Amino acid sequence: MTALVLLELQKIFRKLRTYIGFIAIGIIVPIVQVALYIEGEKYINFATQNLKQSFMLVGNLLNGFLIANIILQSLFIQIPFLIVLVGGDLLAGEATAGTYRMLLTRPLSRFKLITSKFIAGIVYTNLLILWLAILSLGVSVLIFGTGEMIVLRDKVYIFAEKDVLWRFVLSYGFAALSMTTVMSLSFLFSSLVENAIGPIVATMAVIIIFLILSALPIDFLQNIKPFLFITHMTEWRAFMVDPVDYGSVVTSGLVLLGHIIGFYLITLYLFIKKDILS
Amino acid sequence: MRPLRSRILDNEKIIEVHGLTKKFKNLTAVNNLELNVYRGDVFGFLGPNGAGKSTTIRMLLSLIQPTEGTIKIFGKDLRKERLEILKRIGGIVERPDFYLYLTAIKNLEILGKISETDVSKKRLMEILELVGLEKRYNSKVKTFSHGMKQRLGLAQALLHDPDLIILDEPTTGLDPQGIKEIRDLIIYLSKEKQKTIFLSSHILKEVQIIANRMIIINKGTTQIEGYVDELLSADKFSVSFEVNNLNSAIELVKNSKWQNSYKEKLKNELIFELQQEEIPQLNKFFVENNIEINSVIPTRSLENYFLKITEGSRE
Repeated sequence: MTALVLLELQKIFRKLRTYIGFIAIGIIVPIVQVALYIEGEKYINFATQNLKQSFMLVGNLLNGFLIANIILQSLFIQIPFLIVLVGGDLLAGEATAGTYRMLLTRPLSRFKLITSKFIAGIVYTNLLILWLAILSLGVSVLIFGTGEMIVLRDKVYIFAEKDVLWRFVLSYGFAALSMTTVMSLSFLFSSLVENAIGPIVATMAVIIIFLILSALPIDFLQNIKPFLFITHMTEWRAFMVDPVDYGSVVTSGLVLLGHIIGFYLITLYLFIKKDILS
Repeated sequence: MRPLRSRILDNEKIIEVHGLTKKFKNLTAVNNLELNVYRGDVFGFLGPNGAGKSTTIRMLLSLIQPTEGTIKIFGKDLRKERLEILKRIGGIVERPDFYLYLTAIKNLEILGKISETDVSKKRLMEILELVGLEKRYNSKVKTFSHGMKQRLGLAQALLHDPDLIILDEPTTGLDPQGIKEIRDLIIYLSKEKQKTIFLSSHILKEVQIIANRMIIINKGTTQIEGYVDELLSADKFSVSFEVNNLNSAIELVKNSKWQNSYKEKLKNELIFELQQEEIPQLNKFFVENNIEINSVIPTRSLENYFLKITEGSRE
């Protein structure tokens, strides 16, 4: 299985589309960093103007942690677009290219093929989140340094410098779980069709529809909100408040994990029964 | 005459197909198909486009599941022992498709690793040399012509030294030189490497040249099956005689021993069904009776039959 996963990763990383996500993050994050480097003080003054009426704020507030948090909040809805470019192509790409025929006439079980591709998809997703972490947190800390982190939510949280890093580690970890859910959904759609465009559009359509449904202030929709996986994808933000609601984090984590396993099992079932006509 | 090795060697069945049927909603692509392929056969699987050849091949390679019927390969049930069977089969299904963004040798390496076979550069280069692609081993497949992809398709089919090679119309789209190279390679694999070959084609001539046994299918069912040489030698010719004086010729024939061989009149041609040795005899008969012959065109009735079903399938 390890050899198969490595083969799948070779295939993924020899395709140009794989690098679109890395390039996009590699362009957007530095642009945000440069913008905040130039006008960050204005941003801080605006964000803390009410706070400054009662408190005197000292130290390096425009630091790498704050920048990383801003970037993570801003990009989190866009990252799925980058994930599905690869996730939607994992199976449909083989159908489009006609290479299913070559693969499945080898002594290779469909279970192994699907599982190795799925694992390769998870590896890609996690590498993309790691890349986001390196650029948004690592590079930001190098440029802006460290300090206490201000988080503006329903309340204002100020975290001591030593109390920040673990929050980011868990946030990125949870973000990886969320993005793996997106990848799994696009992987499922990818098994149904013979062209990667369909799964990419379908996955994004599901995410956008769920986002709209969960944003509408209608009781019925608010009642179904806990059952939409999109609701749980932003739970990484729970690590940026104090105290962390671990009960909610675990629930959301289990919901996302359930979706990942469910999407994988459905894909496996459909693919094993599928007639290869491409 | 080509040696019919399946008669000389043991009669071990390599492929046994019984009652094979595949239905797609309202369409029956393959209907109750029966066939046997023996060790050492070059088995021609003939039929017009849409006859069910590719569907049958996809079932033999377990790409699609039969609706009914059984397939045994190497004496094993394909449903139950798929992986064991596929270890001993190499195949091309329709056009050979590869990862276009990878080189020829990288494609083979990936497919070889999946087959758990030797993927050393030496072995891969041997295979590429066999199909005449050794100089392009490091070129991306997207730069390959159709003929080169066909040859690379054969290379991947041979990679793990299979006992049975299944080829689905391997000469489609090739130029005459390419067709000859592929045919020569198939004959080499059969004669020198003792491979059993299952060759699908919609060209009777191709099967005549390469195969020792054949089956013709149409609309998913068996039409004719047997040894190519036997089918062709037992086969009568449909012979068209173009004559100057049609009425005199007909009158002459009706009062002669040729009356039973006479079939019909078409414009200024008379059509007879004759054994090969009878053709010059009838020609001589006409000349001796002052009937001028403009042309004599013999066609095997098997060929006519095949043309008829081919035309029927196009309509």
